[in-house]
This record gives sequence, structure tokens and C-alpha cells, in this order.
Amino acid sequence: MKFTLSWLKDHLDTTASIDAIVDAMTMAGLEVETVHDPAARLKDFSIAKVIEAKPHPDADRLRVCTVETKDGVKQIVCGAPNARTGMTAVYAPLGAFIPGLDFTLDAKPRKIRGVESHGMMCSAKELELGEDHDGIIDLEGDFTVGAPAAEALGLNDPVVDFEVTPNRPDWLGVVGVARDLAALRLGALRLAPVAPVKGTFPCPVDIRIEAPDACPVFAGRLIRGVKNGPSPGWLQDRLKAIGINPKSLLVDVTNYISFDRARPLHVYDAAKLKGPIRARLGAKGDRFEGLDGETYEPTPDMCVIADESGAIGFGGVMGGASTGVSAGTTDVFIESAWFDPTRTARTGRATGILSDARFRFERGVDPQSHIDGLELATRLILDHGGGEPSEVRVAGQAPAAPATVNFRVADMRRLTGVAMDPERMEAILRALGFDPVITAKGRRKQDVWPVEVPSFRPDIEGSADIVEELIRIEGFAALPNTPLPPLNTVDRVVVTPLQTRVRTGRRVLAARGFLEAVSWSFMARDKAALMLGGGNALKPELTIENPIASDLDYMRPSALANLAEAAQRNADRGAEEVRLFEAGPIYPGDGPDDQQTMLTALVRPRTLRHWAEGRAPYDVFAAKADLFAVLTAVDFPPERLTVGEADGPHWHPGRAGVLKLGPTLTIARFGELHPGFLKALGCDGPMIAIEVNLSALPAGRAKPGKTKPVFDRADQTPVRRDFAFVVAETVAAGDIVKLAMMADPKLITGVSVFDVYRGSGVPEGSKSIAIEVTLQPRGAAMTDAEIDVVAKAVIASVAKGAGATLRG
Amino acid sequence: MPALPDLAPIETSALAAVAAASDEATLEAVRIAELGKKGRVSLLMRELGGMSPEERQTAGPALNGLRDRLAEAISARKAALEANALNARLATEREDLTLPPRPDPIGALHPVMQVFEELAAIFGDMGFAVAEGPDIEDDFHNFTALNFPEGHPAREMHDTFFLRADAKGARKVLRTHTSPVQIRTMVSQKPPIRIIAPGRVYRKDWDATHTPMFHQIEGLVIDCEVHMGHLKTCLTEAFSRFFEVPLAQSRFRPHFFPFTEPSAEMDIRCDRSGGEIRVGEGADWLEILGCGMVHPNVLRTCGVDPDAYQGFAFGLGVDRLAMLKYGMPDLRPYFEADVDWTRHYGFKPWLLPTVTGGLS
Repeated sequence: MKFTLSWLKDHLDTTASIDAIVDAMTMAGLEVETVHDPAARLKDFSIAKVIEAKPHPDADRLRVCTVETKDGVKQIVCGAPNARTGMTAVYAPLGAFIPGLDFTLDAKPRKIRGVESHGMMCSAKELELGEDHDGIIDLEGDFTVGAPAAEALGLNDPVVDFEVTPNRPDWLGVVGVARDLAALRLGALRLAPVAPVKGTFPCPVDIRIEAPDACPVFAGRLIRGVKNGPSPGWLQDRLKAIGINPKSLLVDVTNYISFDRARPLHVYDAAKLKGPIRARLGAKGDRFEGLDGETYEPTPDMCVIADESGAIGFGGVMGGASTGVSAGTTDVFIESAWFDPTRTARTGRATGILSDARFRFERGVDPQSHIDGLELATRLILDHGGGEPSEVRVAGQAPAAPATVNFRVADMRRLTGVAMDPERMEAILRALGFDPVITAKGRRKQDVWPVEVPSFRPDIEGSADIVEELIRIEGFAALPNTPLPPLNTVDRVVVTPLQTRVRTGRRVLAARGFLEAVSWSFMARDKAALMLGGGNALKPELTIENPIASDLDYMRPSALANLAEAAQRNADRGAEEVRLFEAGPIYPGDGPDDQQTMLTALVRPRTLRHWAEGRAPYDVFAAKADLFAVLTAVDFPPERLTVGEADGPHWHPGRAGVLKLGPTLTIARFGELHPGFLKALGCDGPMIAIEVNLSALPAGRAKPGKTKPVFDRADQTPVRRDFAFVVAETVAAGDIVKLAMMADPKLITGVSVFDVYRGSGVPEGSKSIAIEVTLQPRGAAMTDAEIDVVAKAVIASVAKGAGATLRG
Repeated sequence: MPALPDLAPIETSALAAVAAASDEATLEAVRIAELGKKGRVSLLMRELGGMSPEERQTAGPALNGLRDRLAEAISARKAALEANALNARLATEREDLTLPPRPDPIGALHPVMQVFEELAAIFGDMGFAVAEGPDIEDDFHNFTALNFPEGHPAREMHDTFFLRADAKGARKVLRTHTSPVQIRTMVSQKPPIRIIAPGRVYRKDWDATHTPMFHQIEGLVIDCEVHMGHLKTCLTEAFSRFFEVPLAQSRFRPHFFPFTEPSAEMDIRCDRSGGEIRVGEGADWLEILGCGMVHPNVLRTCGVDPDAYQGFAFGLGVDRLAMLKYGMPDLRPYFEADVDWTRHYGFKPWLLPTVTGGLS
């Protein structure tokens, strides 16, 4: 919302500076975005008089002028054809910046064709005041030499632009701004009651309200014999200053009142209206061309204005072309109606029309402003376009003013901590247009004040709203400094177990060389489909109806596609091995408990060359190590999990798997990504990834205390024995480890695989797996015979369970 | 009984042999030849048994002395030979220590996630717990319960992403702010409540200063007597700690949010004169957050009696906060997973923000 200082002063009697006004506005919730002061740009320029203009001795087109300026009498060489003795001009001293030329004058006088020039006289274009560049500015009238040019040119009216929050439709009129500034004690509100203009004949246009919910009240009047020429200069200047192009008197008057009073109006060429005006809902077959030249087809939930020809405009949003005013309009019908905010907003959204009327009606126009608005418009039209007004015709009834609010005086201190004097409270409320009802008890003894709310304040609903008005005008600087009372924090946990796991998991991966990424929660649906096993698995409720880009239209089932693409981007930029991870949400469904927190890591490996030894590139077992490190760090022993087959189409079928807890609960995935998946994403493989579903990890068992079990050191040294088994290729090493363990779960404390061998000595289709078994005796050392018993048990268990033979 | 021979030449020759031994094997041979079972000195000592006590009185100490001196000389020579051998070996064991070590990549944490943890540390110290809620929200939690009336232009302040309606016709949204967590918390917990809620939020806006996904942190305090003075002091202190400068010059301005009444924005001082923003000093104001007293309608919707309880809420953009503190000039790289950017602006994994140990 924009206004100029002089416009504000129509409604605010003040001597406050623009800076004081802007500061006060900002500190009262009218957040000023910009102040454009045309005078600031012209501060170097001042009024000068040409004492004498003589031809230049060496150039026909130049004149040598003797000029009286604020800096004394100067010699200025000027090329303008209109430079002449006795004229009043705008002087730019040496060193001044000329905005229209984007050029700064030299600080020292320059010789032009041999004659020194001590400054410049400017054209309108050079000051960016217009296109006129035929000659220098030639001012008519009585001006003092040295007076600021901005003042002489009438350009000393700063334009303020501020943010109107949606709760304050009254700020969409200059009067509303003036009222708040008056309450802030920056001046006195100037708002005379609107004088009605007496009509001389009955309004010939009938008004029928057929949708009272959408348009409860509609006031109108005809003015005949109007001359719809250009509006007066002051009105045009004000509209131009706030960025509105003047069109004609009738249109400019409606725009002016819209910005002066937050009261939109509409004008019809009465000669083009057919029969009564109706405010009704859209009907089948309605179709009209709007004032913007677009064709609209109103639907039954929209409010339209219609005549016998059908719909001729949207109520409160935009009028139609067929009944619009033009230069030839002589009889004008003025509409001053009230339209329901919600319906106006809906119509505005559906049609995409952005108009000043919509902006005001959807926020809530003062429902009691219809008569004043109409009378103000009548006055302006009569004053500047002549004509003869009809009587005012009003159909329907204005909606009720906001209900009276019971203000509990104690709420002020309760909600703000500020003890405010009741006199001050009453003064603020009255200044803002509220009417607190103080009973005979007196304001100090009355706990609850019934406060009548002005009709232009639809935002005031309760006691807290009154408190806001009081503290807003008093200023938030008055708030006391009160520390929060201490809270019992002894047994409060600040973070949940899941949050702790996220933190730990992130730090483990970062410590192991991974860089943390944050990638979009949405991705292209076809990429999601690649990870879900086809488009059929996509869910409509996870599809974004209005995505920011067509390839960000589905809530991700996994971050892997994002990380793979990111790794590729980095590789394309020349990065070597790329290790990324993200701790973030995935969306198996749209329910409040469906979202899960996934720790996802991805490596695009590269064999690192090193002078001493080649290191094996990052592979599925490196991924498994990182995965185990994460699980161990979040206090979830990986030994509790079993390895299963990969469960998604985007994983390599043989070099990826899952970790399960029990038969069904998948906790993590790891391994190579499927080459086909990577190709579909445009990525060069291989890439290796892990995913840990931190939400799926069962919560640790609650322990009664923090004490750890008593430390029990084994009193005997452990015994280690090696075994090599020949087994079929299909036998998993993990099963052999488990079988060996089972041979004597009490005595055997560890089994590790130290060799896998295929080749000579081992039959085709078989492999040799060598394990080291650790026995931990307690109490007494083991005899050879005792060790032998366990060894035999190991061999028997693996032989039976895996069909293994001991390798000779 | 033969008389004991003159021991002096024996000692001289034996010590000469010890000194001449150039390796441990030769030295051992000398030891055996003199002090071994059948060694020269050992054999002489055997003679002691056959001597008269008088003879033994002089011969005993003489022989013992000889034996001890020889043993000592051998031991000393042995130590010297060992030291020589070690030095000779070590001389062959030189490495070029300028060669690079085995590579060991170090990762980094994303600045936004680090800032989340910094804020959790600060507010945790003030008694706030960390709460969370879903990104996919229903209209009720994101808008209606927060006092955004259906169809009100206030809803248009948020450019909302909508999800497709499900079979039942219900249409969810991507939460446009973390404020729905206020609702979920008040519905599920009894006051006193003190929480912060960090998370991802979404608005349909993408340009130099906006991304369609960004991060917010929400705060909520509900108690019997918490008022705007508490709000002001709590936030001033928290963000002084966050920026690690005293924000003596912060200010609160009225604003509008549907879910708070009165509502405010907090500005801090900043200096933009040097081309980059410096926080805590300077001539300009910079808005960092929105806040206010929880609207009675919101309390009522959550089943909290607005006559018995009151409190404040605040919310702010974390991405921009991280930019302010750590000087990232641009928001967009936050979401690009660029390894160089992350190494440059990221944080070491062991840099754990704590109130006692410093935040950054």
C-alpha cells in the first residue's frame, strides 16, 4: 500500500517529519518497506536565473550564459535552443550527479569550445522528470534563486510503501493510516463527516439483491449529464505517485476513494445497462468480457452483477467491458456495494484476477462505508465533471458491525506484563475508533469493559485483540524484561531416543568420511517409481498437485535417487571419490505416523592411488562396515540382525542385501545399486549405498538405573583354533559362523572368517571357508583333551548343518 | 698341590680376548674359554677345594676377583656389541617421512543441521525439549487449528503445496511452517509445555532468496503466567547466545500472525556497510523471527483453557539464520550436495554444540 506525505496530511494534521512518521508506522505494525523521496534525488539541484544569454563566439548552437545561482554568479555554456536572457532554470553545480545522463559533472570547470563552463542547466529528461529534451526546464512564476528544485517542481512529496497485514483492511485506505498515527500521537486525525449530496430525481436504475449472502447491501445512484474528461491534475498526480495510471475522471474517482478510504466502487455507463441491476450468483451460460479484455464464465459459487443481458461483471472483483465508462459516457451509474470476503477471495483465486477491489473486499471492507463512499464519489464527480445526481438507492442491508468485545482490564498485565494506566487505555482505544463503555463504577474499578468495535475493524474478536491494540500503540519497548521461571530439568530429556540416534548416526558417518547433504523431500514420480517397482506402486495421495517443477512432484520413498544424482553432479565437476549422506524423512504414506527418518549414505567409489599400497575400492563390505559402525554407535548390536536378499528393484540382486530383525522387520539395506537404476538416473556406476531406518529400530530396553553390570574379567587366556571347511558354493559364510558358534555357545566367544578359497584342491562348485574359533575357558585352563572335544563338536555342527567336510 | 699360577698374565690375555671380540659369537667363545664349565678360570677355581685354608685365604679372593672382573668385562662388551648391532640395523631402516600417509577421508556436517543442534543446546538449557511432527499435514493442523479461517487471505501468505486427494477426498498439504507441531504438542501434553520443533517446511516459491523446501524452528511455552516480557527476554537471551554477541540492541515490532495475539517480529541490529552482514552492531535492523502470545482460539482448539493457561510461540527460518551466522552468501547451494561447498561451510563431526563448550 502506497501513499504520499501530502495525501496523508489530508487526514492527519501533523508537523512530524517523514522519518518520524515512518518510524512510528513500523513500530506500530505498519511495516514500511520503502520511502521514495523524489526530493532526495534532486537535492543538488536549485533554482537559477539567467541574467544574460549571449551567442558562443565559436559555436552557432551554443550560448554563453551569465547565471545567478545559489553559489553566486556563474558562467555556464549551454546548448539548449530555449536558453535566453531572463529565464528561470534548474542549476546543477560542478560535481553534481545528473540522474538522466547517469553522469557526474567534473568538479573543475571545463572549457567548451574555448569558453569555461561552471555548471549546467538541466532539461526535464536529465532530471528523469519526463521525456522532454528539446530544451532546458523553463519555469514560469515567482521563484527564489537557490530554492531547492524539488520544491519548485512540486516534487517534494515522499511516497511511502508499507506492508498491510491481512488482518487490517482499514490500512488499505490513507484514512486508516492517519488514524493509527493520530493514536500514536503524531498529529490529529482530520476526518470530517461526509456531507450527503441531495439528489434531484429518483434513481432510475433498479437494484435487486438475489444473493444476500454474497452481496448483502448495494447502494447506487445515477449522475446524468457528466463530462468524463481527464481528472484534475492533483488527483492524477496522487494516483501517479502511487503507481496508478490516470484514465478518466470517473475511473480515477473510484480509484481515489478506494485508496483514500479503502472503499472500492464501480462505475457503469448507464446508457449501456439494460433493465435492473442484479447481484446474484453465477448461472449456467453466464459469460462476459472483463475490463482486462479476458473472457470469463462465472460459476454458481461466484457473485456476479447482471442486467437483462446477463452477467456484466464479478461483484467485488472486476467489472465488465460491455457496461464500462468511456470518454463518451454522459450518464454514470455508481455502485457502492459490500461483497462477502470469503466468496470474493474464492472468485479471485479461481479467476486469477488481481484487482484493488478484490484485495480490499477479500480482506473485509467497512460494511458501513457504502453510503459515504457513494457520496464522496458523487461530490468529486460533480465538482470536476458536472452533471445532475439522482437520489441514492439502497438495496439490502449492511452486515452487522463487529460484536462488542468484553475487555478484561487485567488481561493487559496478564498477557504483556505491562501495568497500564486505565486512562491511557481508554485514550488509546478512543483514538483508534473504539468506544469503551465505562460504567458509573468508574474505569478504575470496572474489571470488564464492554468495547464497541468500529465497523472497519473486522479483526477484533476478543480481549486479547484489545490487548494487542494497547501494547501496539504503547510500543513493545515498554515490555518488561522477565526471565522464564526455572523448570525442573533434572529428569527431563531434551531429545528423544530417535533424535539421539539421528545425531549419533550423522556424526559416525561424517567421522567415516561422508559429507552431509540435505536434498528435496520431493522427486520426479518416475524416479520414485524406479525405487518402488513401477508406476503402479505410486500413491495418488503422495503426488503433489501443484509442484514447483514437474520433476519435483512426488514425496520420496527414499533419498537414494537424490544422492545418486548429487554424486554424479559432483563427479561431473571433477570430484574423485564422492561420499554423501543424508539424515532425513521418507514418505511411505501420507498419515501423520507414516513418515520415517532414514539415514542414507552413498559412495561413488574410485580406486585411490597411493605410493605404498593399493587400497581396495569402496565395496559392499566397506558399506557393511559403515553400516555396522552406525548400528553399533546407536547401541544396536548388528549381531542381532540377519542378512537377507535385497528387497528393491534399485539394488544389485547379488551384491546388496537387507538386515532384518526377526523374520519381517527390515532395519537396513546395503550394497551396490542396480546398474539399470543408475543408468535410468543418468549416473555412471558403480555406486554403493546404505540405508538405516532409524524410525524402525526398536527402542532400547528401559533400564532401571544407570549402573553398569559388574566387570567380570576372564581369568584364563583364550584359546584359538583354526578350521577349514569345504562347502557348496551356495552355503553362506554367515551360516558356517552360526553353526560353529552353536557347537558350544558358552565356551565359544568368537568365530571369524579369515579365508575364502576356490581353486586347486577344492572341487568345482565348492569353496573352502576357513574360520578361527575363540574359546574362553574360566576357572581352569583347558586340557588338550577338552579342546579336542570342542573342536569335534564344531566340526560335527558345521558338517551337519552345512554339509561341510573338513579340508584335509 | 701345584701352586696357583700367576693370575696377572691370565687376566691380561683374557681381557684382551674380550676386547678383541667383534661379535657376540666370538665373545661367547671367549666367555666359554675362560668362565665356561671347563674354562681356564673355572678350572683354576676348582683347585681351590684342594688347598689348605691358608692358601685358600689368598687364592680365593684373587680368583673370585679375576672371575668377577672378567664377567663384568664380558657383559660390558656384550652390551656394546648389541648397541653396535642395533645401531647398524637402525641405520638401514630409514624412511622418507615426507611421503604422504594413507588417505583417510574426513566428512562434514551440513550447516543447517549444525544450527539446529546449536539451537537445541541453547533452548535445551532453558528447559525446552525437542518435539517433531510430520511434513505431510492436514488442513486442520496446518491452518484451521492455527486460526487461519477457511478462505482467508492470511492463507495466501503461504504458497501452499497440495497433495492429490485420496480415495476419501481428503487433501493434505506439505506443512508451510512448523507451527502445526504446536497443535500436536498441546493436544498430546499437559502444560507446562516448553518445546522447540525443528524441521523441514515447504512453500511454492523459488528464486534467489527462496527455496521450495527450507527449515524452520518453532518454539512454544505454555504455563500459567508466561507473558510477553518473558517472550522478549527469552528470545533476546537465546539469540545473543546463538550469535555469540550481546544483542542489547534488539527490538520487537507488532506484526500479524493468525495464531498469536498480540503478535510481533524481532529485529536485531546489523551492519551491511562492508558488503557482508555483521550481526549485533550497525545502523540497520534485520528481522529474524515472528512471535507472539498464543491466540486464545488456538488454545481452545487444543483443549487448553485460555483463562487458566497462556504462553508464547515463535518461529524462524533456520537456513537464513545459518547464513547470518556463518556468512554463506547464497541459499541455493544448501540443497545441492556439492562436496566442495559442504567441506567449506560444513562442520567437523566432533564439533558438538554445547552450552558449556561453545556452540561453534
